[in-house]
Amino acid sequence: MARLHEYQGKALLKQRGIHVPDGQAITTPQQAHDVAAELGGRVVLKVQAWITGRKALGGVLFADTPDEAKAHAETLLAMRFGNFPVSEVLVEQCLDIAHELFVSQSIDDAARAPMLLLDCAGGSGIEDRADSVARLAVSVSDGVNEDDVKAVLAASEIPAQHHGALVTAIQAIATTARECEARAFEVNPLVVLADGTACAADCRVTIDDYAVFRHPELGIEIARELDHPATELERIAYGVEQADHRGTFYFAQLPTDGHEDTKGLAGFHGAGGGGSMMSMDAVTNEGFTLANFCDTSGNPSAAKVYRAARIILSQDGLTGYFGSGSGVASQEQFHSAYGLAKAFNEMNMNLPVVIRLGGNAEDRAVEILEDACRELPAHVEGYRKDDTPAFCGGRFTALVQERTDTSTSNDLARSVPDYVGGNAEAFPIEGGHVWIDVESCDTELTAKMADWSSGLLKDDGTGRPTLAVDEEEVAKADSEFIACEIECLRIGRPVLFVDLPIAGIDTDGGAA
Amino acid sequence: MAILIDETKKVMIQGITGREGRARTKLMREFGTNVVGGCTPGKGGQDVEGIHVHDTVAEVVEANGGVDVSVVFVPARLVKSAAIEAIEAGVKLIMLVPDRVPLWDAMGIAEVAADHGAEFIGPNTLGVISPGRAVPGMIGGRAESARQWFNEPIPGRTVGVISRSGGMSSSCGYYLSRAGLGISTICHVGGDSVLGLTFPEVALKFQDDPETDAIVLFGEIGGSMEERLADLMAAGRITKPVVAYIGGKAAREGTRFSHAGAIIEGDRGTHAGKVRALTQAGAVVVDGFGDLPEAALGVFENAARS
Repeated sequence: MARLHEYQGKALLKQRGIHVPDGQAITTPQQAHDVAAELGGRVVLKVQAWITGRKALGGVLFADTPDEAKAHAETLLAMRFGNFPVSEVLVEQCLDIAHELFVSQSIDDAARAPMLLLDCAGGSGIEDRADSVARLAVSVSDGVNEDDVKAVLAASEIPAQHHGALVTAIQAIATTARECEARAFEVNPLVVLADGTACAADCRVTIDDYAVFRHPELGIEIARELDHPATELERIAYGVEQADHRGTFYFAQLPTDGHEDTKGLAGFHGAGGGGSMMSMDAVTNEGFTLANFCDTSGNPSAAKVYRAARIILSQDGLTGYFGSGSGVASQEQFHSAYGLAKAFNEMNMNLPVVIRLGGNAEDRAVEILEDACRELPAHVEGYRKDDTPAFCGGRFTALVQERTDTSTSNDLARSVPDYVGGNAEAFPIEGGHVWIDVESCDTELTAKMADWSSGLLKDDGTGRPTLAVDEEEVAKADSEFIACEIECLRIGRPVLFVDLPIAGIDTDGGAA
Repeated sequence: MAILIDETKKVMIQGITGREGRARTKLMREFGTNVVGGCTPGKGGQDVEGIHVHDTVAEVVEANGGVDVSVVFVPARLVKSAAIEAIEAGVKLIMLVPDRVPLWDAMGIAEVAADHGAEFIGPNTLGVISPGRAVPGMIGGRAESARQWFNEPIPGRTVGVISRSGGMSSSCGYYLSRAGLGISTICHVGGDSVLGLTFPEVALKFQDDPETDAIVLFGEIGGSMEERLADLMAAGRITKPVVAYIGGKAAREGTRFSHAGAIIEGDRGTHAGKVRALTQAGAVVVDGFGDLPEAALGVFENAARS
């Protein structure tokens, strides 16, 4: 996750010489007891969750004895904030605080540079005092200016004897933020203890998703900006994204509370960030609840679109599938059409599908999708750039409401042809295998398959298809073989199958 | 006139020998862009789509007596060094196409660009297109599509388009053209948090462009560029009509939807805040994207009546 918990952020500060309270994150009540006993005296227990107003929500409790700490830990570990279950609690010594400050480094998009927010009244309620907060410009290469910090402190009521320690701590916070490439690094409050030490009493850090690859030391499992710990499917999707960088694939599950009172739960498959947002607004306006956000764009391979569709369909309780991008895509749309057609056929799709495939080669894309899905129990409709998102949303509503079947995505199951895994011809490609039922092929079909696979297959001299190039050359040719698979299917001769099992869905583990 | 790009500007491509670089060079040339050269370290001497490849930006600049625009197609982690190389070689407008460029790299590029008086667009931009003139980047995908989709400027009925979304840049251009409007330039500023040119800077260029009669925006939640544009309108520095759609009404705080910049942080960057700021400044803000062309047409009809 690209957000760090309080205790993780504090560890980064401690490594750079900034004082933080003694304490430890725990996952069981007994650990809370033991940590409290070791710390001695009064302790504070804080849920580790990305929520604001943690204290007001009951996520912060104080304990005078180890037994009390254990009881509190039990309470806190059972808490859940929205879709965020608490799994860790930080147990720390209580501090003897003399002064509190608010310190936060974030990114100023207008200045194209970091900005340090500093307020010497500090502590809670900072949102209400936005006007009194000092905003200091920070240099990308040189960090925060010492004199700027001193000037803010000089104008405050904090006694001058503490300023030196605070300047050091504030500069170190800014340096830490830069070194770990934080998008936001907040210490609220930074406190001055009774003995004059500057100490980071809380810490919230968001790391730039795109820089996570440079920071293995942060132990970030999934570089995604989410407001909850990654779900199993989000982990699986992240694994797919990481294994194949051709085009973007982004998948996030959304809160679905109250979906029973709407027209239904829709699986959403967007293309392009802006187009996806605009299309989501169109489905939401129709009165559906979206189960997820998903974006496959930037010229994704057919395999990536296929896997995205499979992941979307692995969600519980879907009553339909809606796809739409910007509507006027620069990318040719037929690879996506092939990928979607493959997923719907494998799952013997039974839920209404509306896909807006507008853009380059849209006629071909719509024809592929609709024709390849014509035998399925589901209505599958493809649309073009001149069909508005609102119109497509209306078609989706109509198809869902016309349907008498009450099955959902829970009732879908994947099927693969009988010749897969048997003695049929097979060769590996990245992430799977291509299987060909050569016994069922003839000269005429083989010639077509050579064409559909962009020449990667050829006639072996006996009317059967065989690879025209070395196996290494076809490793990334999933789009070509998926095209061939769907074209064979369209003429009623399903002799080729690209088996692309998804780790965590079709096979055990291995995801992310 | 158009802004940022026309058929006279000398364009080069960094990373010209890669998959994207090759494909987009073809589009740019077929559309009439004046592509003068390209570079990929270690690949000097090759030819791509009839374009001579050099090892460095400086060599391309020298061979062509200067370069106006460099379009960058290199892996995200190499974008910072590529951009700085171009800026230091004297190129004044850089287009950073790659997605997933680290934020601190983008800020580093901004610092160097400011020192050299250079501008950049992106990261994560499809670039810019001036219909009938040139397309540095990849809007339209194919030259033939780009010509079909986007009208050339029509005197008295021409809009400039600025978008945070790549796909929606084409979408806006296409639907506005179908509604009978001309397009001076479409600028995709990019979807990231820290960008080179943003709405205010591009809008000021449209304000100064005699060919552009009105400005159309595809905005999104997150960041402050819609609000900053509203400030310019309120201050009287943008006086041409502005028509806008803001995406992401359904989004909630804290989860980002693909675009790194499309995230609401606290009470900053909300849909409601942007709509309010623009409306108060006098922009026409539509609720549904499908209403955008009609609203843009409305601007011209109102002008004709008054």
